[in-house]
Amino acid sequence: MNTLLEVSGVSVSFDGFKAINNLSFAIGSAEMRAIIGPNGAGKTTFMDIVTGKTKPDAGRVTWAEKGQSLLGLSEARIAREGIGRKFQKPTVFEDQSVQDNLLMALKNNRSPFAVLFYRPARAHLARVEELAETIGLQDQLARKSGELSHGQKQWLEIGMLLAQEPQLLLVDEPAAGMTPAEREHTTAILVEAAKTRAVVVVEHDMEFVRRLDCRVTVLHEGSVLAEGSLDHVTKNPDVIDVYLGR
Amino acid sequence: MRPFPLLGTPEQMLRLIMAGLMLLALPFAVSAQEGPMQALLQDHAEIIVKNSRKTIGPAIDAVAASGLPQAQDVLQAWQAKEIWQRKSDGLFFRGEKLDSKTYRLLDFDSGADTGTFPKNELKQIKPNSGIRALIGTALVQFQLTDPDPARRSAALTSLERDPEAAALAPLRASIDGEDDAALKARKLRLERLLTMAFGQGDAERVAAIRSMSGDLSVDVRATLNPLVTSTRRAFAGALPRDVNIAKALKPGSEGFTQADAYALLVTQSRAPAQVTAAEVRDALAQNISGGRAGGIPVAQLSDPARRLEAYDVLAEGGLAPPRVSPRQKAEAIAAHSFADVYTEPSAAVTAAAEQALKGISTRVAVSQAADLTLDALSLASIYFLAAIGLAITFGVMGVINMAHGEFIMMGAYTGYVVQQIIPNHTLSIIVAIPMAFAVTFAAGVALERLVIRWLYNRPLETLLATFGISIALQQLAKNIFGTQARPLTSPGWLDGAWVVNDVISISYIRIAIFVLALIFLGVFLFIMNRTRLGLETRAVTQNRRMAASMGINPDKVNMLTFGIGSGIAGIAGVAIGLFAKVTSELGSDYIVQSFMTVVVGGVGNIWGTLAGAAMIGFFQKGIEWLNPSNTLAAQTYMIIFIILFIQFRPRGIVALRGRAAGD
Amino acid sequence: MQKTFVSRNPSVLIFLAALGLFTLFVTIGSEAVGTGLISTSFVKTLGKTLCLCLAALAMDLVWGYCGILSLGHFAFFGLGGYMVGMWLMYERTRDIVTGALAEAPIPPTDQEIVDAIGTQIFGVVGSNEFPLIWSLADSLVLQLMLVVLVPGLLALVFGWLAFRSRVTGVYLSILTQAMTLALALYLFQNDSGLRGNNGLSGLQNIPGLETVPQSVLSVWFLWASALALALGYLLAVFITEGKFGSVIRGIRDDEARVRFLGYPVEAYKLVIFAATACIAGIAGALYYPQAGIINPAEIAPIASIYLAVWVAIGGRGRLYGAVIGAAFVSLVSSWFTGGQAPDLPLGFYTVKWVDWWLVLLGLSFVLVTLFAPKGLGGLVDLWTNRRSPDRHGADLGPGPGALREQEAAE
Repeated sequence: MNTLLEVSGVSVSFDGFKAINNLSFAIGSAEMRAIIGPNGAGKTTFMDIVTGKTKPDAGRVTWAEKGQSLLGLSEARIAREGIGRKFQKPTVFEDQSVQDNLLMALKNNRSPFAVLFYRPARAHLARVEELAETIGLQDQLARKSGELSHGQKQWLEIGMLLAQEPQLLLVDEPAAGMTPAEREHTTAILVEAAKTRAVVVVEHDMEFVRRLDCRVTVLHEGSVLAEGSLDHVTKNPDVIDVYLGR
Repeated sequence: MRPFPLLGTPEQMLRLIMAGLMLLALPFAVSAQEGPMQALLQDHAEIIVKNSRKTIGPAIDAVAASGLPQAQDVLQAWQAKEIWQRKSDGLFFRGEKLDSKTYRLLDFDSGADTGTFPKNELKQIKPNSGIRALIGTALVQFQLTDPDPARRSAALTSLERDPEAAALAPLRASIDGEDDAALKARKLRLERLLTMAFGQGDAERVAAIRSMSGDLSVDVRATLNPLVTSTRRAFAGALPRDVNIAKALKPGSEGFTQADAYALLVTQSRAPAQVTAAEVRDALAQNISGGRAGGIPVAQLSDPARRLEAYDVLAEGGLAPPRVSPRQKAEAIAAHSFADVYTEPSAAVTAAAEQALKGISTRVAVSQAADLTLDALSLASIYFLAAIGLAITFGVMGVINMAHGEFIMMGAYTGYVVQQIIPNHTLSIIVAIPMAFAVTFAAGVALERLVIRWLYNRPLETLLATFGISIALQQLAKNIFGTQARPLTSPGWLDGAWVVNDVISISYIRIAIFVLALIFLGVFLFIMNRTRLGLETRAVTQNRRMAASMGINPDKVNMLTFGIGSGIAGIAGVAIGLFAKVTSELGSDYIVQSFMTVVVGGVGNIWGTLAGAAMIGFFQKGIEWLNPSNTLAAQTYMIIFIILFIQFRPRGIVALRGRAAGD
Repeated sequence: MQKTFVSRNPSVLIFLAALGLFTLFVTIGSEAVGTGLISTSFVKTLGKTLCLCLAALAMDLVWGYCGILSLGHFAFFGLGGYMVGMWLMYERTRDIVTGALAEAPIPPTDQEIVDAIGTQIFGVVGSNEFPLIWSLADSLVLQLMLVVLVPGLLALVFGWLAFRSRVTGVYLSILTQAMTLALALYLFQNDSGLRGNNGLSGLQNIPGLETVPQSVLSVWFLWASALALALGYLLAVFITEGKFGSVIRGIRDDEARVRFLGYPVEAYKLVIFAATACIAGIAGALYYPQAGIINPAEIAPIASIYLAVWVAIGGRGRLYGAVIGAAFVSLVSSWFTGGQAPDLPLGFYTVKWVDWWLVLLGLSFVLVTLFAPKGLGGLVDLWTNRRSPDRHGADLGPGPGALREQEAAE
């Protein structure tokens, strides 16, 4: 298995508080990974660092086999390199239709002038329909996304991620606030996606993690506490301490 | 007029001369009425009556130098237009007005009352201002020894303002007899200054210059500067030895080009003037004949080269002065030498003066830097005052209030209204400050309740809505108070300035504003860090919901905080109104700078606001110092500087870092 | 989905038709045609209003669509006016000067003409030399290019500095306001080379068209302004209707999200900021020949805020809203301040609208912000019965420029 993303020895602190402390992490090119950890373990900050939102004080973040460093690149550039991110709160463009949202995310030339003269080709519209079908929104294409239900918005955002065709998906609490049936659908979408690309899921809900059936990384106080299958890490005494000690 | 035969027999002439000699030898014998002063005045009666500045000199000098005890009296009366001439016999008297038509005449020599006369029998001597100034100068020597210290002081002041050589001797003479210590010091100082300028002999003057070289006062510099003034002159051949040369000049060197050298020769009539383009044109215009000038068709003369050609033709024909060729110019310059020549002939004096000025200018520069620092400090405290209310509403609460400037204006107008009711300036300011706070506090609370609370977290809408309030308030102020500036007068004890020396000085009002800024800083820190309200404000701004769940009423806290921020703006308005004119635009003059101060300093931190105000104040003064004539340019550059500064420190000087800073 | 441009944007047709009818009506009513229903000065006012509408359109693009509340677009407007004013003033002064010098016995040299023009133009600020910035003033083509280039370049440089350091929201507004203030203060100086607070004047006299009466010129300028507005509207629709429009609206509502989609947000902002600055410059270049005079007071920050006021009252985030707002407010404003509005006697006090109009405007602006965030454009929604997304009262995005629920109607 070749490594897609490697994070090594990364630290970052805010006003003296060490949010990430000498964290090292690696993920392969077609792998599903769940990251769990208590509040303040540094899960979101970790994603911020990978996507370029936060600059680490120390450490390296390298991308793909080329060994390209992601540090110093802008968020947009990192996204174009193939890292997609879904936020904790569903963030879709509510003022615009589902189709517009997906079209905007579709992998294409992102430069302003190319976009200015861009008019959707048939192939692009077909791809949008296909994606909508994957996320179960094929009947909602013309609706404003602001009118969708919470779960539908989550799916739309995942659909937008898929439309970007990234090599790595960072998904922050995709199942929060969903009904059991919606969760099942979400799991199916993510598992399907992980067949062709790397997917990192940050999640609190152990049941959801169990369904994903993948390797689990436990973060605590900004560094990796344990790594392995879910059963393996739940037996780890340190992990039990951290979770039960709270 | 006395009978004065123009022509007579030799016998008569002899008698006349005899009578004249007797008059000089026995002044008291002339007449019972005619005392020595009267005689003196009669001798100069013609020029006194002529009353011309050009010819009056001998008369004044004669009176001043007469040594008569009445001399000062006469000169003062003369200056005060109190001398009257009796038409019947031409004698001069001091006139005292009894009523509009009758005057009582007093004799100068005896002081005796010579009776009252109707006005139409008298002629008033009305010296013009030029003559009165001459009389004033003549009076100085009397006044310097006048028994009344106030008169002596006034005389010194007039001498200090307008020093002259003639005063040096009487001044020296008056020093020993001076019993007032302060006046004596002034006399000694003035004696030094006069010696520097008018003393006899180089040694005396150089000594005086050396003794004063440590003094920064304007008067010392004003005395020294004329000593080192120089004029640029050209000399045929080599430089002469008998002039005091400041600097020999080489044509073609920096600051003295060949063209400068030639122009100097022209102004000193040592070389023919160059023919200018306009002269060429005029000469051609005067010599047009048959559509041609200088043999060239007029239509072609829009070409400068053709014009010169035509002109040269005219010059050859003697119709115009020839142009000066470059070779002629070079020869003329080579035949002369050039130098800056001191007006003061003594080289020793100019050298000493140059040296003294050099020493003084260094010390002046140091003092100027100190003065500039004080100025900058005071500007910074004004910005700080204007911005501190914003530091609360914008910095702490995150509410952008474009009407903040209008709150400053409201405070200033409150001060003005209070002053209309309470005429005592000190008392009215004491009343105005809490009043301004109350008025703007209420306005702030109303604004928060009615508008801003509906727009929390909608900063752009808040900006626009409060801008609407701002234009409405501004226009309202215009409708109520009119467009002209209203005065807000500071109490008397704030007038004047704290003067360290002639360079460093700062007005008391600016010191008061500085102190006020410090007080505000203290009050702000106290409210935020030591009171329940401060705690609750910080809680609400950091996490509104959490604060609400802990029993804090966020609505009330926001209202009060906004009110306090606005109230402080009102007090700032009173302070700013004291030195600036109170107009409806007062606020808008400060609003952009205030926002800049908060943004540059770093939002949400009072020390940042302080640093921002200091930086902007010092920077603006710095630019003004580099380019003193242009405060508009200073402001322009300052804003450009701020825009660039924000590039490097987008969160301001004192930045909050990390996740707490938000996005 | 492949529909024509017009069928995708039905409002374009309505707008162009309304604009055309308006222009036709004014033309027929003008003194130039002879009916004289509308005075020449009012034709000029209408022409100027069309230019303001164009500027408001630019403002709506940058604020309503992209979420950048720029308080500098009227400065770009003024710069456009200055650029065209330089040519107008130079050429006209040259005509006068050559006319005067033609009487002279000796024909003037080129240098003499230039010197005389310089004395004429700059005598008022105690100078007679042409500053460097006037070196292109004798060429209409170059100066017209500057109408677009100067505001565009200024916007590009300023925007690049501001956007790359991620200044957003109110900070950006304050920064643009500072830029405007700096520019206005600079132009107020006598040695700025643009005649200080005297500004440029006599711009209503178009060199080469001295024989054309003002009544005809005013109609020509009306047509030109209407054409510019129509083209500007089409351009704005073209920019906003496609994916580019999606992206900039996305930037307005949630800038970070757009960034994580891989779009270079700063470049988009820069393009919109500079392009709208150019549009504003063109609008200014058409406005000031109709106004006749331009001076630095026109550029003061307050003018740019008024521009935002018009867009807000018209309804931001919709193009026709900006046009309606600018037209409505500026016309009503000139009606009130022109002394045409009848005084309102209250018994104890008579309200003179010349004095009280600004108070009314300020307060009504607050009311619009509070109670009718959709502005006048909201009336159109009542008519077409549009629906907004139901967000249970939340805003459409976390961005400080995001639309509010009540506003999102298109």
